[in-house]
Amino acid sequence: MLGFVIRRVLQMVPMLAAIALLIFVLFSVIPGSFATGQQDEGLGLDMAVVARMRAELGLDDPLYVRFGAYVKQLATLDLGLSFRSRQPVADMIAARLWPSLMLTIAAMGFAIVVGVPLGFIAALRPGSLVDLGLMVIAVSGLSLPKFWLGILLMYLFALTLGWFPSFGYGSGGLYHLTLPALALGVSPMALLARTTRAAVLDIMNADFVRTARSKGMNEYRVVVWHVLRNALVLVLTTIGLQFGSLLGQGVVVEKLFAWPGVGSLLVDSVFQRDIPAVQGCILVITLFFLVINTSVDIAYKLIDPRIRYT
Amino acid sequence: MKLRANLAIGGGLTLLSLFVGVFGPWLAHTHPIMDANLMNAELPPSGEFWFGTDQQGRDIFSRVMYGAQISLTVGIGSQLINTAIGTTLGVTAGYWGGWWDDFVNGLTNLMLAIPSLIFALAIMAILGPGLTSLMIALGLTNWSYTCRISRAQALAIKSQGYVQAARVLGYGDMRIMFTQILPNTLGPIIVIATLGMGGSILAEAALSFLGLGVRPPSPSWGSMLSDARETITTAPWLSLFPGLAIFLTVLGLNLLGDGLRDVLDPQSRSRR
Amino acid sequence: MSINMPLLQVENLHLSLTTDAGSFPAVEGVSFEIARGETVGLVGESGCGKSITALSIMGLLRHPLGLSGGTIKLTGQEIQALPASELRALRGKRIAMIFQEPMTALNPLKPVGRQIAEMFVLHQGASWNEAEKKAVDALTQVKVPAPARRAKDYPHQLSGGMRQRVMIAIALACEPDLLIADEPTTALDVTVQAEIVDLMKELCAARGTAILMISHDLGLVTDICKRVCVMYAGRIVEQQDSEQIFNNPQHPYTQGLVASLPRLGMRALHGRRKLTEIAGVVPGITAYPGGCRFNPRCNRATEICKQVVPELEPLGDGSLVRCHHHG
Repeated sequence: MLGFVIRRVLQMVPMLAAIALLIFVLFSVIPGSFATGQQDEGLGLDMAVVARMRAELGLDDPLYVRFGAYVKQLATLDLGLSFRSRQPVADMIAARLWPSLMLTIAAMGFAIVVGVPLGFIAALRPGSLVDLGLMVIAVSGLSLPKFWLGILLMYLFALTLGWFPSFGYGSGGLYHLTLPALALGVSPMALLARTTRAAVLDIMNADFVRTARSKGMNEYRVVVWHVLRNALVLVLTTIGLQFGSLLGQGVVVEKLFAWPGVGSLLVDSVFQRDIPAVQGCILVITLFFLVINTSVDIAYKLIDPRIRYT
Repeated sequence: MKLRANLAIGGGLTLLSLFVGVFGPWLAHTHPIMDANLMNAELPPSGEFWFGTDQQGRDIFSRVMYGAQISLTVGIGSQLINTAIGTTLGVTAGYWGGWWDDFVNGLTNLMLAIPSLIFALAIMAILGPGLTSLMIALGLTNWSYTCRISRAQALAIKSQGYVQAARVLGYGDMRIMFTQILPNTLGPIIVIATLGMGGSILAEAALSFLGLGVRPPSPSWGSMLSDARETITTAPWLSLFPGLAIFLTVLGLNLLGDGLRDVLDPQSRSRR
Repeated sequence: MSINMPLLQVENLHLSLTTDAGSFPAVEGVSFEIARGETVGLVGESGCGKSITALSIMGLLRHPLGLSGGTIKLTGQEIQALPASELRALRGKRIAMIFQEPMTALNPLKPVGRQIAEMFVLHQGASWNEAEKKAVDALTQVKVPAPARRAKDYPHQLSGGMRQRVMIAIALACEPDLLIADEPTTALDVTVQAEIVDLMKELCAARGTAILMISHDLGLVTDICKRVCVMYAGRIVEQQDSEQIFNNPQHPYTQGLVASLPRLGMRALHGRRKLTEIAGVVPGITAYPGGCRFNPRCNRATEICKQVVPELEPLGDGSLVRCHHHG
């Protein structure tokens, strides 16, 4: 068992390396350099200055040398210096980690706490009005653009009703967190509701549920004693995958609500062509996704005794 | 019954979107970019301007109609690329196996490890804004699922008797893949492509909203929403209609995809 | 309520299958009785309706199957139309059932001891601690070695035979009056089959539990059961004591079944022969022939067989047969 955990964790390393390589290669071929980016914004730089910057940043070295240097940097957790602010990218990201994490966890928490029970309720009365209504809500939730939902929420609850602020992090409390978390969380909530419903329906038709009924249990007991855990195991994988989507979509919500997370840093850096910052952000976000997926994998194997005891 | 509702409503909405996409320019009675009259700036919906006007006095209704073209082009275009890449890689990987299979698997895992919007963002950063860049970026990010499914199908079908018989008869690999394997993968792939279109449209809107997709003054629904933010208190209708358009289009595609899934791919989850 | 009242009386049972294309008769006019402690078998091919008959007795039929007529009486009391809560009180306590596939019939995520213990908690109000101890006792009674350790195992860690023993332990935990066994040995190895059958016989005889044994295997059923009912295409076509049915089958279908069984000593008696089979296939539920449903495959069929449904005739010694040309 421990061996499996260790193996799974080690598997993350080559994956991370591949991603780092991919990102590095992608951005080496970027046509517009930081310098031209500056020029676009009207901050014209002297070409001599540009040339010196390039030499300084090692941008003229051959590709493999640059990659080698990059890997060496990564090994020391150094993500380079931002072109823009000349600050270590690692520091910039570190400052924004917690807000991003908080937002993602809040959104996912909402999705699980609301979505899974809704899916259960729908599955226990299949074909009923409740079921239909919930599934309509679910498919609508999936079709909503998150930023539009954010705008609507902002308009309704912040600007009109004044219950919540319309942007910003504030002191990181629930007051500021609610609207962005809702905007981000509705869509995974909808997906979880659908997945839970499907999983529960499948299980309700399983042989062992028939056995449970033949023992003389009432439906409530059948669900709690036999259906619940089996369904949750099936839903777990979806939760893991949804985290990735949240990390990606979170970028847009962060920008909309001016939430000081890694996502908004990424967007800003892309606009400013701040390559090290962009690379760093993508690397960090992907690392998180990788960790979450691996954890879900391990948790799944821990919970399912068929795999634990073989 | 639920199936028919899915197909009916989904198909209806999708057809409406396609109709608007194709005939939009005729439905819209003004030009979305040129017909800007500052005198008409920020007017609420009225008899003349059904959806109101924006900061530059352009008719929102027309812009939404034109926007359909952008969204649908990106949606269809990127899905075509997705499906092409995914099916090619998947079928060949499943059929030929060996190191190619390992490579494709590794590549798929890699793609699945990066959140797709982030990857699309990165590619847009490299390619610069624009419609073609968007199609390429989105086309390159979402092929993994198609690849997995077609690979699974190829593996399953490869060992069937009729495929082995074809090989004995001397059919070339390409011919077998095209005539035997591909038709059987069509069902699930159509479902994935339909649902994927919805995802692509959402992604395009998000990227345009951020300013990294289709740039203003092009009437992309996403960038319209971005502009609308500035005037949200004074002209809230600007934030309503483009978003509603996105919502209805994606909803139609999702419902249609669900309905198609029940028909074409009953083994999948999420059915009744 | 006399001592001689049968434990189970199924009278004129009709079960139907409802589809978009209409309602089809899955089981028609099925009647039989089981006395206290008696063992009765229900034999037939797949699709003849024997399993759903069993499920209907338990009240476990689900859409699209349903009861469309007839009565089921347990010690004289009608149970087919009882409200769900009262029916539930019977399950596990007075009627219990074991199923064909023990692997899928047990919850893969729970230790087997726990699944047995559930019975005691449900019906005897035991605490979980007491119940788990009783579960270990139950495992001993079904002759599972090292029962205390086995109780903590998960279903996938046990062999097929052991899982079926667990199912039997669950079913007999609260000493029901009737045990319904739906193809309990079909999924097991032949050697294990014999053990399980012997176990069932022993335990039920000791407790006075009646058994309704459902199987496609005529040989197996005649081993464990005193009386056998043969079903074909939703109807009972013959009912006899098992000792006699092998030697003197009355219905052409039963005769075909008996003839198709390979038996020791036949070669010495009759020389080398091909296995006899019954020509044709079982009709699908939507395409039942008119008259006697066996007529397309019967070598004695005449005009009357295609037109008129034969009634179940008593043959004097307590046996029944449904055929125009029996004997």
